[in-house]
Amino acid sequence: MTGFVEFVQDRWSVLSFLAYQHASLVVQTLLIATAIAVVLGVLVYRSPVGVSAAQTFSAVGLTFPSYAMLGLLVGIVSIGVLPSVITLVFFGVLPILRNVVVGLTGVDQTLVESARGMGMTRLGTLLRLELPLAWPVIMTGVRVSGQMLMGIAAIAAYALGPGLGGYIFSGISRTGGANATNSIVAGTVGILLLAVLLDLALNLVTRLTTPRGIRV
Amino acid sequence: MSDSEHGQSIRLENVTKRYPGQRTPAVDDVTMEIPAGEIVMLVGPSGCGKTTTMKMINRLIEPTSGRIFIGDDDVTKANADDLRRHIGYVIQGAGLFPHMSVGDNIALVPRLLKWDKKKVDARIDELLELVNLDPGQYRDRYPKELSGGQQQRVGVARALAADPPVLLMDEPFGAVDPITRQRLQDELLRLQEELRKTIVFVTHDFDEAMKLGDRIAILQVGSQIVQYDTPEAILADPADEFVEDFVGSGTALKQLSLTRVRDVELHDAAVARVGADAREAVSAARDLGREWIIVLDDQDRPLRWVPVRDVERNGTLSSVTRDDDLEAVTLSSTLNDALDEMLTSSHGVVVVTGRRNAYQGVVRVETIMDAMQQLQGASSP
Repeated sequence: MTGFVEFVQDRWSVLSFLAYQHASLVVQTLLIATAIAVVLGVLVYRSPVGVSAAQTFSAVGLTFPSYAMLGLLVGIVSIGVLPSVITLVFFGVLPILRNVVVGLTGVDQTLVESARGMGMTRLGTLLRLELPLAWPVIMTGVRVSGQMLMGIAAIAAYALGPGLGGYIFSGISRTGGANATNSIVAGTVGILLLAVLLDLALNLVTRLTTPRGIRV
Repeated sequence: MSDSEHGQSIRLENVTKRYPGQRTPAVDDVTMEIPAGEIVMLVGPSGCGKTTTMKMINRLIEPTSGRIFIGDDDVTKANADDLRRHIGYVIQGAGLFPHMSVGDNIALVPRLLKWDKKKVDARIDELLELVNLDPGQYRDRYPKELSGGQQQRVGVARALAADPPVLLMDEPFGAVDPITRQRLQDELLRLQEELRKTIVFVTHDFDEAMKLGDRIAILQVGSQIVQYDTPEAILADPADEFVEDFVGSGTALKQLSLTRVRDVELHDAAVARVGADAREAVSAARDLGREWIIVLDDQDRPLRWVPVRDVERNGTLSSVTRDDDLEAVTLSSTLNDALDEMLTSSHGVVVVTGRRNAYQGVVRVETIMDAMQQLQGASSP
């Protein structure tokens, strides 16, 4: 751990760029994952079979080793950004999908009936009643997903993807060598800091996007 | 509100609802005519199909066979969403959207009908006034900030928003306490005097049916109509044992639910306006031999009972505040309601209000006793 501060100072411009890349990768894949999860959730939430299929998919998917998935993808789409993005989106979808389904099925059915009884269309009921009421639950899923993706994104370096993972990998491969530990710690601490910042940001987004009448 | 749309008649012709996998139909070949501008109560034990029958009118449940007309239009042929925008719908617990303000809840249907913003805003305030909620105070509140009774009022306002000719109410007052329920019922009757909508009202409470209904349909399993008549006729001549059981015992007391406050003689209490001359008020009360004065605000709405000696001692009537729990009934309340209010108050009389809650007089306990004796005399000669 000698000279950690100097280590970081010397490489500040590279580290901050990698941190930016890491955050950018996570935020973008999180957005894509949220969109996909909401669409999937909306497609299945009215059917009991669809709901349990989505729950099973979400639970089983999370047991899949991300490292193995990345390895498989490298064989299919070659190395670089693409396998990292696919892996992150896949894992990002899982917790969000679970919460979209829980949130939408948790909406009080008398409210839905009341909406239909007033002549709101199916789509109108979904957009103006069900999604707004499920929103806080969905955002909880997005936050869980965001935390998880920060960690998984480090593995993207294995496929030569962007981000702070590269520092961790190079540290591990040079174990015992000069600055090996510093390299691992710098990457890890960076990711932890980013994870905290992202969670604060998502918390703020949740507050701002939750309708006032259902804010707790 | 005088130019609002009055009710249209509803006609059910051989309407049947059969759920797949069930041997007996939930609603079995029902035919009934609901006259325009009347309140028709569907009453019956739970599971008798009364709610199913009602929900087929706005097609929340699609009939298996049969036809339903509103006015001359066959609703089974209309576009369901479009149809529902022209039928008011009130459910138990009001079903207000928790993430929208009171104003936005009321504006739901007008906005679906693409009214312009000015018209919608004006309509929100008009309806809040109509259900006795101050627009300035309540328009921007959220449902969770209202009491159960206030939520139900907003529910009624929301159903009336686009001025539909027909109103469907599914046990709307089932989840509120008895005093609030009585006030909401009174308010509905007051509204109906102005609006003359056709209202189909589902309840399992026969007393509520007697109080609100111009007609009552008593239903048995399969939504079979056992008796469909005015409350007076059902009480006087129940069709069979089932109805007799349902109507229940204590018929003399039930009769109290048929007599309205407006049908009996009202008495004068000692009355004073807020801010009026205290000495005059005291001497007027003494002349009448009263110990209490009912103080009214500048629009004749009763504020509070004040003891004469307090007025005498304070020498002023300017600082009287509103008593939110003041026991009061309206002209369309039943004598039963008046008796209830009297039992919770300590005055032996209850204040009666008319249009816009203006003071009309008081009902005495003696008046109710007399009415009861007369009714008993009439029913057992």
